[in-house]
Amino acid sequence: MSNDLQTKQFHTEIVGNNQGSAAQMNEVKSGPRIIDPVFTLEDVSVSYGKYVAVTDVNLQIPSNDITAFIGPSGCGKSTLIRTLNRTNDLIPGASVAGKVMYHDADLYDSKASAVEIRRRIGMVFQKPNPFPKSIYENVAFGPKVNGRPKKSELDEIVEKSLRGAALWDEVKDRLGASALGLSGGQQQRLCIARSLAVQPEVILMDEPCSALDPIATLRIEELMMELKKEYTIVIVTHNMQQAARVSTYTAYFVTEVNPLGDLRTGKLVEYDETKKIFSTPSDPRTEAYVTGKMG
Amino acid sequence: MGEVKVGHKSVLLSPSPHLSRRLNTQRVARYTMLLATTMSVIVTVGIVASLFPTAVRTMITIGTQIIGISWAPLFEPPEYGILPLFTGTIFIVAIAMLVAVPVGLAAAIFLSDYATFNLRRVVKPILEILAGIPTVVLGLFGLYVVNPLYVEKYWPIGEPLAYSALGAGFVTGILIVPIIASVADDALSAVPRAMREAAYALGATRREVASKVVFNAGLSGVVAALILAFARAFGETTIALMVAGSYPKFTANPGDPMMSLSAFIGFAGIGDAEVGSNAYNTIFLIGAILFLITLIFNIVGNRIIAKYREAYE
Ligand SMILES: Nc1ncnc2c1ncn2[C@@H]1O[C@H](COP(=O)(O)OP(=O)(O)O)[C@@H](O)[C@H]1O
Ligand SMILES: [Mg+2]
Repeated sequence: MSNDLQTKQFHTEIVGNNQGSAAQMNEVKSGPRIIDPVFTLEDVSVSYGKYVAVTDVNLQIPSNDITAFIGPSGCGKSTLIRTLNRTNDLIPGASVAGKVMYHDADLYDSKASAVEIRRRIGMVFQKPNPFPKSIYENVAFGPKVNGRPKKSELDEIVEKSLRGAALWDEVKDRLGASALGLSGGQQQRLCIARSLAVQPEVILMDEPCSALDPIATLRIEELMMELKKEYTIVIVTHNMQQAARVSTYTAYFVTEVNPLGDLRTGKLVEYDETKKIFSTPSDPRTEAYVTGKMG
Repeated sequence: MGEVKVGHKSVLLSPSPHLSRRLNTQRVARYTMLLATTMSVIVTVGIVASLFPTAVRTMITIGTQIIGISWAPLFEPPEYGILPLFTGTIFIVAIAMLVAVPVGLAAAIFLSDYATFNLRRVVKPILEILAGIPTVVLGLFGLYVVNPLYVEKYWPIGEPLAYSALGAGFVTGILIVPIIASVADDALSAVPRAMREAAYALGATRREVASKVVFNAGLSGVVAALILAFARAFGETTIALMVAGSYPKFTANPGDPMMSLSAFIGFAGIGDAEVGSNAYNTIFLIGAILFLITLIFNIVGNRIIAKYREAYE
């Protein structure tokens, strides 16, 4: 089962988001050249039943870097990030069209196992959601379901993960205490530690700081800068300063409304290096957004 | 009151007519609720006051005879060994729980984590209908189907008889399955989706999510469901009387007839027991015992629920 992805060699030509495709698709005005991307999205649309939440997304996400999705509320950022590890499978009626490639494997291939995909591609949610268990058990949960580690191995994984999430020093004396007694910021770092414990390659973060105070937010941002050395991070944020501070690449989405005004669909407006998005964006809509004239 | 200085604003803080009406309504509501609460306390105190003097007097008369294995208070000479009623109750309740807990919990987990929205919408009301089947109907089912067709035919120990604790326990189990399934499903379904998503995001399978995360997080509600079902089985009279019979046999063979505590009250309480007669006195005694045991279960149950709440919320 753990070999689902490896054994299945899916060879797709990787479509670069450079001049060539930019000319064809005016959604992506220009795109960064990304070598050896972790994710490649081709014409991706995600729907809830008949409702198309986000459509025509083409982008590539680099490894060992932070990529940010920004845009006004409701433009499909969460929807899109959740398709990257098939969390949307859990919502009845949700469906994905187009191609979502993870390295050279199609995430939505019928032979791909969603369980294995989620083990490799972790997720941290908007609201800290520790299990109602001890701090130790929270971190140990993933390793336990994914294998049968010995107690000593488990202790080691727990310590390493908590250190990795910059939480170890604060909790090492109370690993047996309930995770629900931690502060919001600590809970969110615990959730990060919990996902590190299954040794993912990618960590998806959907507005991980929106429920936190500025100091806790800063700590998570520092942590992300540390984590990107070893992990690929995709973050959804509606805090533009945050995107500017932490990310290397930024994708800007909007909600487009059809002329009749009865259909709203999320679209990718522009995807580029963060410094370009925030200094010289190609699309006037991006400029309006990042300079605060809109959204 | 002197002159009002310029720049000062005169403020009226007494309620407007509209606000007065709202305040009156809320006062009436408060007194109504207070009255209702007081009534239920008075009724409880009333039950205790009417039950216990007779019960205690009877208990004193019986004395240590109560620890005996023959219960025949309505015969001459009367016998007051209460143990058969306890074994009868324990057997029936234990068999009921044995049947209902696995089935009920499996159904609850299925409904909360496996069933589609539409299936759940169909099954939930059916459960509630099942929970509403009159116990006398279930009693008939036990007496005319379960006992003759299953217990008498297949139970290997002892002589086949028309009545059995096994049949009564089984049918009582059917009675409480919907209680467990419905209440536990409510508890499990109330576990936030965020909890499930967190577990899925770590590479857990559906079964692992349901059994290791959702079940744990909803445990206080699940325990509440079990306690509720237990109390229902414990107090069930009609089924016990119709299916297990009215013979307080002291036996360890569940295929035999037995009598539970509540069944005795149902049995002895049907005739017109004269005040001061043995039937009258022993009904009060058993009633008081039932009351006390239920009280203890409630207290213990609340403790257990509170403990899980504390640990998990
Ligand atoms: N589970 C769902 N079922 C139906 N529609 C949904 C669901 N989740 C999100 N949507 C809709 O999809 C659109 C995009 O939502 P979302 O991805 O949450 O946006 P964002 O994260 O950018 O705020 C919104 O119009 C939202 O109402
Ligand atoms: Mg969102």
